[in-house]
Parts: sequence; C-alpha cells; structure tokens
Amino acid sequence: MTQTTALNIIPLFVVIPLTGSFLISILGRRFKALPDLLGFFATLGSLLAAIAAVWAINSYGTLVYSVGAWKAPIGIAMVLDGLSVFMLVVVNLIASAVCVFSINYMEHYTSKWKFYTLFLLMVAGMNGVVITGDIFNLFVFLEIASVASYALVAFGTEKHELEAAFKYAVMGTVASLFILLGIVFLYSFTSTLNMADMASVLAGGKSANIILMVSVLFLMGFGFKSALVPFHAWLPDAHPSAPAPISAMLSGVLIKSLGIYALIRIFYNIFGITAEISSILMFLGALSMVIGVFLAIGQWDLKRLLAYHSISQIGYVILGLGLGTPLGILGGLFHLFNHSVFKSLLFLNSGAIEYETGTRQLKEMGGLIHKMPVTGTTNLIASMAIAGIPPFNGFFSKLIIIIAVVQAQRYGYAFWAVLASVLTLASFLKVMKYAFFGELKKKWEKIQGVPAFMKISMISLAIICVIGGVLIIPTAREMFLDRAVDVISNGSNYASVVLKAIM
Amino acid sequence: MSREHDKGMSVIVKTITRLTVGLIFLYGIHILSHGHVSPGGGFAGGIIVALSFVHLMLAYGKDVALEKLPRGVTSLFEGMGAIIFLSIALIGFTSGYFFINFLAKGEPFRLFSAGIIPLCNIAIGLKVGAGLFAIFVALVLLKFDTESKENKK
Repeated sequence: MTQTTALNIIPLFVVIPLTGSFLISILGRRFKALPDLLGFFATLGSLLAAIAAVWAINSYGTLVYSVGAWKAPIGIAMVLDGLSVFMLVVVNLIASAVCVFSINYMEHYTSKWKFYTLFLLMVAGMNGVVITGDIFNLFVFLEIASVASYALVAFGTEKHELEAAFKYAVMGTVASLFILLGIVFLYSFTSTLNMADMASVLAGGKSANIILMVSVLFLMGFGFKSALVPFHAWLPDAHPSAPAPISAMLSGVLIKSLGIYALIRIFYNIFGITAEISSILMFLGALSMVIGVFLAIGQWDLKRLLAYHSISQIGYVILGLGLGTPLGILGGLFHLFNHSVFKSLLFLNSGAIEYETGTRQLKEMGGLIHKMPVTGTTNLIASMAIAGIPPFNGFFSKLIIIIAVVQAQRYGYAFWAVLASVLTLASFLKVMKYAFFGELKKKWEKIQGVPAFMKISMISLAIICVIGGVLIIPTAREMFLDRAVDVISNGSNYASVVLKAIM
Repeated sequence: MSREHDKGMSVIVKTITRLTVGLIFLYGIHILSHGHVSPGGGFAGGIIVALSFVHLMLAYGKDVALEKLPRGVTSLFEGMGAIIFLSIALIGFTSGYFFINFLAKGEPFRLFSAGIIPLCNIAIGLKVGAGLFAIFVALVLLKFDTESKENKK
C-alpha cells in the first residue's frame, strides 16, 4: 500500500456509512433483507478500513487529507493521527458487533430499515467527529450523530421513551449551543477554523482570557456529551430507553467519541493543557466515578443500573486522561477501549434478557443462566471485566490508572478509584445473583435460546474482554495505544505535525 | 387544481394560492439553479420549492398536496439527493481527491459554469426541499394519527 492509497482510506470512514444509510433509506422498504446486509457490510467495511488505518499510521505517521484538493487552512482537512485511529477502531468495532446483534434483535420492532438508516447516520457522524481536522466540521458531525441518537432513543415510541428522547434532545441542543458559541468565539479570535492552524495562532500570543472563556463553554458542552457528573442527568433516562443495540452504541462509543475525544483533542491539542484544566478534569472525573457508582448500586432496573455505571466508568477515563502523565493517559485510553467493549456487551446482554423475558426488572428475573447459558457466561465475563477482576481487560486498565494516580502522589484520588471499583464489583454481584443465579422462576421455564446472530455478537465481544489485556504487551502497545498516547502527551506538537503533513 | 374541494381554506385563499403557487415553485428553481452565480443556492432554493408545496397543503388541505407529492416520492427524493451529492463527491476520486471539482470551470457568471457546484446545488435542493416537506407532513400527519387514536378510545 503506497502513501496515496493510505490517504484515500481517510474519507472512506464517512463515505461508507453515509452511502449505506441513504441506500437503505431508498431501497430498504422494498427489499427486506437489504438493510441487514448493507448495515453489516457498511460497518464491517469501516472496521476493515480502521484496521488498515492502524497499519497506515505505523508506516507513514500522521496523514492529512485535503478534501477537494483545497489545502488547509482554507479547505477542510481530515487528520489521521494516533488518537483518531484509536477512536476509529473503537467506534467501528463496537458498531459492527452491534450491527450483527441487531439482525435478530430488531425483529421486535417495525420498520427495521429506519433503524439502520439512523444507525449508520450515527456511525458516520461519530467517524466524522473523530477524523476531521476542522473544528466547525467537528460541530457538524457532532450534530449529525446527536440528532440521529435523539431519534434512536425514541425509536420504540412508547411514552417513557418519547419523554427520555425529548429531555435528551432539549438538553443536548443546549449543550451543542454552548459548543457552537465556543467555536464562534475561537473563530472570531483566531480567524481560522482549522484546528492545527488555530492551535498555532493561540500558542503565539495574548489569548489567555479567550481561552478561559471558551474552556468553560467547552467543558459544559462536551462535558454534557460525555455525561460528566454535573451534566449527567440525561443519561440515566436516555440510555435505558433506547433499544438495546442503541444503548450499547450510546454508552459504548457515542459519549466517548463526541464527549471525551473532543474534550481531549481541544484541551490537549488546541489549547495546550494547563494545571487548572487538569485538576478540574481530574476532580470531575473522580466525582463522576464515585457519584455514578453510588447511584448505580441501588437500581433495580438492569439497564438503568448499567447506565449509571457508564457515568462511573467515564469518570475513570477522565481521571486518567486529566492526570496528564503518559502512564495516566495510557490507562485512560485503555480503559476507554475496555469500557466500550464490556459496557456494550452488558447492554447487549440486557437486550438478550429483554428479548426473551420482556422485563428489565432484576427482581423479576432469576436463574436465567439455566435457560440462557451463553448470555449468562458472557454477562459473567463482562461483569468481572467492569469490576476489574484479573485477568480480564478492565483489571489492567484500572490498575494502570491507579498506579499512575499513586505515582503522581494524588493518594485521595487513588482511594476513590479503588472504592468505586469495589462498589462496582458489589453491584455486579447483585446483577449476577438476581438475574442469572438462584432458582429459575416458573414463568421463565418456556424460554427459548437466544437467536444465533445475537449469540455470535455477544461471544465475540466476550472474547475481546478476555484477551483485551494483550493490548498492553509492548509490541501491540507500540502499534496501537502508544500512538494515541503520543498525540496527547506531546499535545503542543499537534499543530506542527499536522501543518507539516499537509501536502 | 381547478376542482373546488370541501377541505382547506376559503375561496379567496384558494384562488390566490392557485395563482401564486407555480410562481413560488419556479422562483425556487431559479434560486436553486443560479446558486453559483448569485446569492442563494441549493439550500435556499430547496426551502422555497418545499414552501410551495406547504402553501398548497395549507390552502387546499393535505389530500391535494399529498396527491401532487406523495410521501413515498418525498422520501425517495430525499434519499436520491443525498446519494447524488455523495456520488458527485466520490467521482472526484477519479481525479485524485474526494470532492474535487472535476468538471470544466467555464466562464464566470454564466449559468453553465463552476464545474460541479450547480450539480451539488441541485442535489442539496432535492435533499433540503424533500426533507423540509417531509418534516411538515410528518408533523401534520402525526397530529391526525394521535387524534384518530384518541377517538377510538
């Protein structure tokens, strides 16, 4: 593969899902099998492109694609660097697993083609956010993904689903307005929208006040999108109300690609991290971590419990990333990857339970492992992973974060991290006990097994949970995680690297 | 349209609508097709085209408007607009770049100039016009659906 071929991969991340989405919207109503096939091949295609991108980044370094042959800063640039590739792999990995799951699961609902249209639109939006090098373009893709997710939360059109979607839509729009306002201020100050160019302008001179103002706006906007604690109120309603595959997408990747990725990209690569922002991020992270888990442990609705755990686990990621040491960033990113995998798996499991039994209440379940052995096993693996039991992937990432925090002599944060981990274990023991172990209730005796495609998807995610730890073996780490860590820990180099890579 | 319908607004509104709706539609097409030489473009033109149908629906009721532009056709147009836009962008790959302007640019300020820009405008116009009309129809029909549900109860 030459460098030109490698460059031509970059637009594909947006093109493939968009094409799939609109083809389904035209043809999906007439040909019943088409939405499944197109959805599967579109997400699989993006995943293969993401894997090719890992290779490309290792051979050629940071790649910049000028859309329409207009060179940045005038035209729109798409930047493929370590962090983008990392996020692309996460997004498309989860998207393809979820797509396989949906083949059977979405039979529940009418008009499957509408689901796939919106789903692929959301994937296109997330890929776009991650791949773009232009801050207004980032906002546009963020809105594409957000609007598609508002519609998907309301997909069941029951009363509580519409209520959750409306709440999510209103609050999400306010958050997007904060982000837009921040971008407007930045544009009026720097007269450029290209992120690398903007970074070099901001590094040059008297911009402390504008950065302070915009930092606050972005913290609110992207903090909302990533559901950090003071801005988390929408998540426990929106994520459980969506159909299970969408809950998996929202908790697994949407809050990360729209929230954390954008937050990190802007604070580390455009503004340059300061001690204040770093401590704010760490504080918010620790707050989310602890409050999320305390709210989760008392829940009896399985999906709501998982949604609160998303808030808590996002706290770990932000704590690690906010710490700013290379080890902390490594832990944060690794935990981001792991959380995507096991939280999607947990939501898919809850979907499988709902598919079979029609309930989400833990008190009504019981003994389901006798009837659903695959779901029970994958749920056990995912629960152990999220609670941080060795040798599952969650253990390594939490360990790295805690070691990094201790090395930075922030013992208080380390204590809270350990405490949250213990409480996570407790609440997942509760899930396992009430849902899967114990005696099988009479009314569940007629349950059939879970359909094949759902099993395939859950098993493949469970395998990643088990072997996910290999990503920190030095050879694999250098190819994948270290590339992303480099981009963040050498944040101020972003401008020069990207501007040099423009051809 | 010459038939008088029971639904819709008064005779005055219907007559004025009959006279103006074609003009509004043509004006939308004009804005859409001259997007590259004068202010306007696909988005504005598409909105105006959609408004001509919205106008029709307001004056004559939903049946007449949906007869002119059924829902299936609307969603087909919307999808087609996006697909055309994306195909134009993808054909750019043959000249080396995504979204490159691969056609001859022509002379400035002529109708047939600026390469792919007018084609993109047409695609955007289709997408935006059909999209706006579809949103309007969705809002109107959703109301009817809930009303009929409540009546059944």
